[in-house]
Amino acid sequence: MAENTVKKEILLPSERKMSRKERRQYTLHEMKRNYMCYIMLAPFMLLFLVFTIIPVIMSLPMGFTDFDMASLPKFVGFQNFYTMFLEDDVFIKSIRTTLIFAIFTGPLSYAMSFLLAWLINELHPTLKTLFTLIFYAPSMAGNIYFVWQLIFSGDQYGYLNAFLMELGFTSSAIQWLTDGNYVLPCVIVVQLWVSMGAGFLAMRAGFQGIDKSMYEAGAIEGIKNRWQELIYITIPAMGPSLMFAAVMQIVSAFTVDIVGRMLAGFPSTDYKVHTIMTHAFDYGWVRYEMGYSSAVCFVLFVVMLVCNKLVSKLLGKYVD
Amino acid sequence: MKKNKKNLKPSELAALQAEENAAALEALRKRREKEHKKMLRSKGSNKRVGKSWKNDIGIFLLLTFMGLFMIFPIYLAVVNSIKPVQEVFLMPPKLYAMDPTLNNFQDLFKIANNSWVPFSRNVFNSIMVTVVATVFHVLFASTAAFVLSKCRFPGNALLNEIVVIALLFNSTVLYIMQYMVMATLGMINTYSALILPIIATSMGLYLMRQSMTTIPDAMIEAAKVDGAGLLRICWGIVMPNCKPALMTIIIFEFQTSWNQAGGGLVYDEALKTIPVVVQQIAAAGIARQGAIAASAVVLMIPPLLVFVLAQRNVMETMAHAGMKD
Repeated sequence: MAENTVKKEILLPSERKMSRKERRQYTLHEMKRNYMCYIMLAPFMLLFLVFTIIPVIMSLPMGFTDFDMASLPKFVGFQNFYTMFLEDDVFIKSIRTTLIFAIFTGPLSYAMSFLLAWLINELHPTLKTLFTLIFYAPSMAGNIYFVWQLIFSGDQYGYLNAFLMELGFTSSAIQWLTDGNYVLPCVIVVQLWVSMGAGFLAMRAGFQGIDKSMYEAGAIEGIKNRWQELIYITIPAMGPSLMFAAVMQIVSAFTVDIVGRMLAGFPSTDYKVHTIMTHAFDYGWVRYEMGYSSAVCFVLFVVMLVCNKLVSKLLGKYVD
Repeated sequence: MKKNKKNLKPSELAALQAEENAAALEALRKRREKEHKKMLRSKGSNKRVGKSWKNDIGIFLLLTFMGLFMIFPIYLAVVNSIKPVQEVFLMPPKLYAMDPTLNNFQDLFKIANNSWVPFSRNVFNSIMVTVVATVFHVLFASTAAFVLSKCRFPGNALLNEIVVIALLFNSTVLYIMQYMVMATLGMINTYSALILPIIATSMGLYLMRQSMTTIPDAMIEAAKVDGAGLLRICWGIVMPNCKPALMTIIIFEFQTSWNQAGGGLVYDEALKTIPVVVQQIAAAGIARQGAIAASAVVLMIPPLLVFVLAQRNVMETMAHAGMKD
């Protein structure tokens, strides 16, 4: 109770109770006073509006239509969503696959990014650059998946098969990418390989941005080991970078698609690596049922929004 | 002890407190001396607690082990690009090239040059698009990020929310809608179709914003009192303190614009960038295996250079930065 009253006193005028007219006048006044802010925002926000916001707003209602790109979209209500959850078996199966991928490339890869970024930070500066480069290189290499095709190739030319046969683990070549038992783990490995991306680099930047004198101050204040240093100084200081990395990780974890399609072919054996995003690709660019495809994407978007809210709750005490 | 405190008179309490303070100060002095001795023993600038060369070697070995897994496929790509054709289909496959050759690279440039426009034109397009997009994205997004993170004005919270939501949105129809917008603006088959959408991505903005929130408000207030305008504060004071994030968005942006295929946005041969040309070459199939490997290696080099330069810059500046509060 006491806390509440204190809080009210330090509220800004914009948050105090006002009549509608007062509020409008106040907003106008604030806008005029801060006109410089809008000028500085304008160049970016104008482009952002035209090339991102408007297309997003145009795409949102597409999930409720029947749209084949040849004729105009036709409004069908919730039809697409009924079909998706009640009749589309492949979609239900893809939810499971997506969740498996999301667990590996989400929390696991996030923890790994943080651990690696932290360990790298403890090294000599030249080694820092070298190791950051090594771990980020797969994300930089673009479409280098063909190398993994060479490694996992199903005949004796494949590196993995040749290696295993030479050591005598197996006598015949294993069909890594077409055998339903192996294809999912293989694609997960490759997905983990490319997952040290934007989030990892942002975490490295976060570590580099920490004021070194804080560690010295910490040492004087009685911090005994690196573990305490991590909990009490490092994580609070780089909370915002952690949040950024979390958002990037959510996006990449739920939109796993291309790696599976490139390696296992499309459609993959028994739909083993068929994710929700692959499903959307299937309906969008193979069958040209854009309405259904964007309904699938819409479901995914909602899931990602919820995840984002959860994560920002979790990291809440470190962010702002 | 605590119960006693309540019964004491104010004067006695003060005396007790002074005693406690003196004891604490003495302990701190001793600890500092110990730290100092440790510092002297450990040589160099090792000012951190719990740091030892044993730990460092352990970390180094662990990272090297994991790093080998990361770098191995890239190593294979490079090796494959310098293998002559007969070695690519050797049984069992070799991890090195027995007879390294640059034929694949020569082939790549020969094929690229045989198209309708000289390859130098594509190189120029790529560099132009990448440089313009990177420079303007960094300028615009950083300025906007500063305003979003450090200024209070009507609409701030809403804009911040929109930036994150736009990052999460992903749909197959999004590209169609973007195409429609660009077509309406008459931008198809121009440089601006390749440049403007990339400037308008919100990832760099979001990273910059997150990084700027760690800058203390007091620093900005001080600058305001000294009469600096918002633009001056942004580029003169806040940006130099966000160097790691700045370098990171330069890397991201360079990479995105360099690798973008621009599928369908430009169809004029004279406007196509290197990745598009490479795709066309790769479309010829298995006969060009070597050329594909070579092109992957060539395409990787510019982002790699930018990465190393940017990271070195961070190291140099952060070595004597840290004047945040």
